[in-house]
Amino acid sequence: MKTPKQIPNEPDPKRGGDRSPRALFGVFAMTVVATLLVTWVLVTMFSRKQEERQRYVRVAEVDEVSTDPEPWGRNWPQQFDGWKATAGDAFYGGASAMPKSKLEDQPWLRRLYAGYAFSIDYREARGHAYMLYDQGVTERITKKPQAGACIHCHASNTVMYRKVGREAMGQPTDVASLAAEFDMPAVIRGFQEVSQRPYQEVLALVMAAPDGTPDENEPVVPQPPAGGFSGEYAGEPVEAAIEGEAHPVACIDCHDPETMRIRVTRPGFVLGMRALAEGDAEVPHLPSVERWRRGNRETPYDPNADASRREMRSFVCGQCHVEYYCANKDVLEFPWAEGLTMDQAEAHWEAKTFPDGSDFYDWKHGETGARLFKVQHPEFELWSQGVHAQSGVACADCHMPYEREGARKVSSHNVQSPMETVAASCQTCHNVDESELRTKVDALQQRTVRMTERAAEAMTDMLDAILEARVAGATEADLQPVLELQRKAFWRLDYISSENSKGFHAGQESMRILAESIDYSRRAQTAALRLRSPQAPSIEGIETEPVLGVTDRDAAPQR
Amino acid sequence: MTPPHSDRKTSPSTARALLVVVPLGVLVALGLFTFVYGEGHAYLSNDPNACTNCHVMQEQFDSWIASSHARVASCNDCHLPHHPLGKWVTKADNGFFHSLAFTTDAFHEPIRIKDRNRRVTQDACLYCHGDLANALLPATAGGDVVSCMHCHGDVGHR
Repeated sequence: MKTPKQIPNEPDPKRGGDRSPRALFGVFAMTVVATLLVTWVLVTMFSRKQEERQRYVRVAEVDEVSTDPEPWGRNWPQQFDGWKATAGDAFYGGASAMPKSKLEDQPWLRRLYAGYAFSIDYREARGHAYMLYDQGVTERITKKPQAGACIHCHASNTVMYRKVGREAMGQPTDVASLAAEFDMPAVIRGFQEVSQRPYQEVLALVMAAPDGTPDENEPVVPQPPAGGFSGEYAGEPVEAAIEGEAHPVACIDCHDPETMRIRVTRPGFVLGMRALAEGDAEVPHLPSVERWRRGNRETPYDPNADASRREMRSFVCGQCHVEYYCANKDVLEFPWAEGLTMDQAEAHWEAKTFPDGSDFYDWKHGETGARLFKVQHPEFELWSQGVHAQSGVACADCHMPYEREGARKVSSHNVQSPMETVAASCQTCHNVDESELRTKVDALQQRTVRMTERAAEAMTDMLDAILEARVAGATEADLQPVLELQRKAFWRLDYISSENSKGFHAGQESMRILAESIDYSRRAQTAALRLRSPQAPSIEGIETEPVLGVTDRDAAPQR
Repeated sequence: MTPPHSDRKTSPSTARALLVVVPLGVLVALGLFTFVYGEGHAYLSNDPNACTNCHVMQEQFDSWIASSHARVASCNDCHLPHHPLGKWVTKADNGFFHSLAFTTDAFHEPIRIKDRNRRVTQDACLYCHGDLANALLPATAGGDVVSCMHCHGDVGHR
């Protein structure tokens, strides 16, 4: 049964009375929503204003022995989180988690590095959090003897250096005196003391040094198993696990624990910059060096005192991302006395002799016996030759871009490729689309990679030619100039293939270096071929085709 | 006996009125407080410092101080129309969207100018430099014209 319909025109006294409460309820509801919104805005505004005021709260004390980043992390949680993020979403340890082998991807590298530890194990790099772990498990360390110099860049080691240095200088080494000040002379002395000692011995010294958290023995990132995955160092089984904690490069290595100012702590860099300043190489991108040269030169150049903050934002990275000698025949050295270019570094090594007076070289090539200079990873030097350095752009500007967290500006401590942060890294200066920027970078890097492959092909052709010449009876004296060419070709190819920007840090310079490598490889190949080919016939007086169809100047009508 | 009709009628309506009036009062008070606390009055001025209240435009402000235009033009001279009506409409439009962006924390960084605001700035360039740029302007209104900022993008700030 249907209920009869209401007649619309008929007024209903009850409904008429209800209209006003409904409207009121509507106003009420809108007021509630509006109040919620205003409160939300107010609360956000309040928290932004708080963020703006509180730079940080120092809840934990840190001093010159605090190599453990954990107490720093309680004071500066955002930076600490960024630092930890260099491990990825979690820390991946163990043999199966190791990054891809470069030797498998680029088989020519095995021939390039023949006879050298890099031909055993050479992998893609991982983030800062892995630097100590990956070094501790690489077969370069577990199978071959390595020097303590490696620790210069893979561990937070300044306390150990200071301790060893003060011991050598006859000064107290209790925790309180170690924590009192940075003491660069002692740090440099300690560095010189341990640089040539065996790797495992120096690692044990780092682990035994105080780290600022005596009651806590769980490092923020896991330590490598003693002796890597095979339980060996330099091919010898490890007898006992080393006691203590070691940390990868952490807060204290780039920051003053008192003022948080960025600083450099690495003796290799400090000494390298001194040598660079005392030389006369042009370094227009480092104005403080040129300023120091114009001064009275009473005290040696000191980045921490002389450099601007902008320069320091590259120097902190230049402490490790450079070319150096780091084996056990001499103390670790940055080859900067002649300047920062590839050619100047090569000239430095060519002129250098070991303490016993013999000529400097890194290793004898396993196939040809050439005495070669190994390149490490000259990112700082290659950047120095590029347009970004010339424009005053620092490493940190792109690799540690500013990120806004509310009203606060925080420098990202998740140091990584700027291609992961194109907006923050590039668009601050380059007002173009992200995709356009990516395309440009990709094109530059692909060109460099293709040219590197081409240089590698020239290199392997050269190695074949040298071996063939030797089998054909060429003497060592015959081959000497060819092996010199191999050294030059190798140095240049390795300079770009070991550098980690695929040419981006200085595109044109990278192409020049690769072109020179190809030239030296092909010159060596030709010279090696000549050694086993018949004497070339004379080309004196040989007939050449003249240019046709051009009127001789003398025959032309005179004006 | 039934109680007087009027007594039952007035009491709920007063309650209903209170239900609306009290929250409205709270809203107005809260709104006023938020406005003052957020230095809302500053946004009605021409003071360039107002533009860095929330720090998002700090870099632009800092580089403006060092720019060739710092002594002759402030933020509003280039980023708001010179017509009084257009000025307040644009101010309201940008004020709303800036507040929305910063409150919800959802915006592209580094910040980018919107097309509408780019047109405002182009007009501002011509407001002062119109005579100089006259030969570059289109023959008919609305015709294609090269944007001044295409080449001179950093005269005001980076």
